[in-house]
Amino acid sequence: MDILETLKTLWESSGFHSFLVDGGWKNLIMIAVSCVLLYLGIKKKFEPLLLVGIAFGCLLVNLSYFGAGSADALYHMDLWDNFLNHDHPDYHSYGAIMRNGGLLDILYIGVKAGIYPSLIFMGVGAMTDFGPLISNPKSLLLGAAAQMGVFLAFFGAVCLGFSGNQAASIGIIGGADGPTAIFLTTKLAPELLGPIAIAAYSYMALIPMIQPPLMKLLTTKKEREVKMEQSRTVSKTEKILFPIIVAMFVILLLPSTAPLIGCLMLGNLWRECGVTERLSDTVQNALMNIVTVFLGISVGATTAAERFLSLETIKIIVLGLTAFCFSTVGGLLVGKIMYKVTGGKVNPLIGSAGVSAVPMAARVSQMEGQKANPSNFLLMHAMGPNVAGVIGSAIAAGFLLAVFK
Amino acid sequence: MLDNMLIPAAVEKADELSIGDAAVTAVFGYSVVFAGLVILMIVLYCTGAIFKSKDAKAKAAAEAAAKKAVPAEPAAETKAELPLAPGSAGHVKLFDVPDKEAAMIMAIVADKMQKPLNELHFISIKEVK
Repeated sequence: MDILETLKTLWESSGFHSFLVDGGWKNLIMIAVSCVLLYLGIKKKFEPLLLVGIAFGCLLVNLSYFGAGSADALYHMDLWDNFLNHDHPDYHSYGAIMRNGGLLDILYIGVKAGIYPSLIFMGVGAMTDFGPLISNPKSLLLGAAAQMGVFLAFFGAVCLGFSGNQAASIGIIGGADGPTAIFLTTKLAPELLGPIAIAAYSYMALIPMIQPPLMKLLTTKKEREVKMEQSRTVSKTEKILFPIIVAMFVILLLPSTAPLIGCLMLGNLWRECGVTERLSDTVQNALMNIVTVFLGISVGATTAAERFLSLETIKIIVLGLTAFCFSTVGGLLVGKIMYKVTGGKVNPLIGSAGVSAVPMAARVSQMEGQKANPSNFLLMHAMGPNVAGVIGSAIAAGFLLAVFK
Repeated sequence: MLDNMLIPAAVEKADELSIGDAAVTAVFGYSVVFAGLVILMIVLYCTGAIFKSKDAKAKAAAEAAAKKAVPAEPAAETKAELPLAPGSAGHVKLFDVPDKEAAMIMAIVADKMQKPLNELHFISIKEVK
């Protein structure tokens, strides 16, 4: 036995060797990126439930052995390229993925088919109290206004040379709604899923840093000090009727929103109807956790170095931040209009909660309001626009899907 | 419904989207979101109005029933005749709230506002059922 030859073969078959050939250094960079994301998720608690999974998926796919396209690999980009290639025999063949795919390929089917984002929406619906929105329906205006960033970023992306499908997927980052961003991107621009998911979840985690400077810039101290009147109490019947009415109305308006709005409202109906507590509990906890495990790791797997490290990713990161900022601005501006129209009864700070990061954006409104006036309690008032933003971003996604699919 | 109108009007090939088309799509999209949520708002106001009028009727019926019965003296009125506690800012009327719970609520509010309790004047505390 030639020991040297054996050692050479072992070395060449190892992942360490592949870092040194065929652009393997890019994988090293992505491994460093995944470590930074793990640090942000674990130490800084940036959306840890999803970011830790995404970061570890990114780590796994970029460890060169797994990314080398071998039959044993966890994730095969070539299989998904074939899946999307009209001329390939495996076009839209989940069977081919099941036959030849690795663990992450099989988990990714749930992302590709739009199953995970919809199930997450079901969990969000089961966890959300729409009472503040029902008691104050004009909150919906703030939820609509805060979609401004979606469409401005979409326009910006087209100006920067992205195709319509890609621009739509980038724009939806401004909705501050991770599942919606993933849902739309897998349908329109699956090649951008990794950077868009990472940008969306990172910016959502950074809301307490992104929003307050804009809130202070666009509002006066007098406006921030406004104390809002307590909203009316919402009856149980109204809470039960709400998901049914919203599902019927929004799905009839934009059928492409059916998976997201349908699941969101079904989850909420289970919560409110009072006779399905077991289901509501399962959706809120067990199912939500299971889906989060699958979603995080399989989205992370799409961040292979050869696709992720590009100028496009940098553009997406910048456009995503722009989208977030303009969504906040949109909500605040309509909040200011409502302040004027109502003679100072509405605190414009609740407008920034129109971005749908629930409940983080509402908490930021509460904190800023209390800084201006310690006796101010805006949380429940801000929850109205916050949950309206969830519906608004789903409608925005439905519109973009209807136009570009 | 709207999908059927949008799809034929959509840009034939997304790859060939011009900046002008993108601007029109963005403005149209933002308008659709607004229109959708405004209509939903109107629907919610309508259902809310129905429930409010139902509540008002139920309240009126309850009040009428209460008038027939002997009115119970609120605890606050008897307490109002008591002398003021030294250093306090005035009397507080309690409706269906025990003294201990009222004291706890006032202490929490004072703590949250970071103001001494004797500088705050609570007018009434009522349990919302």
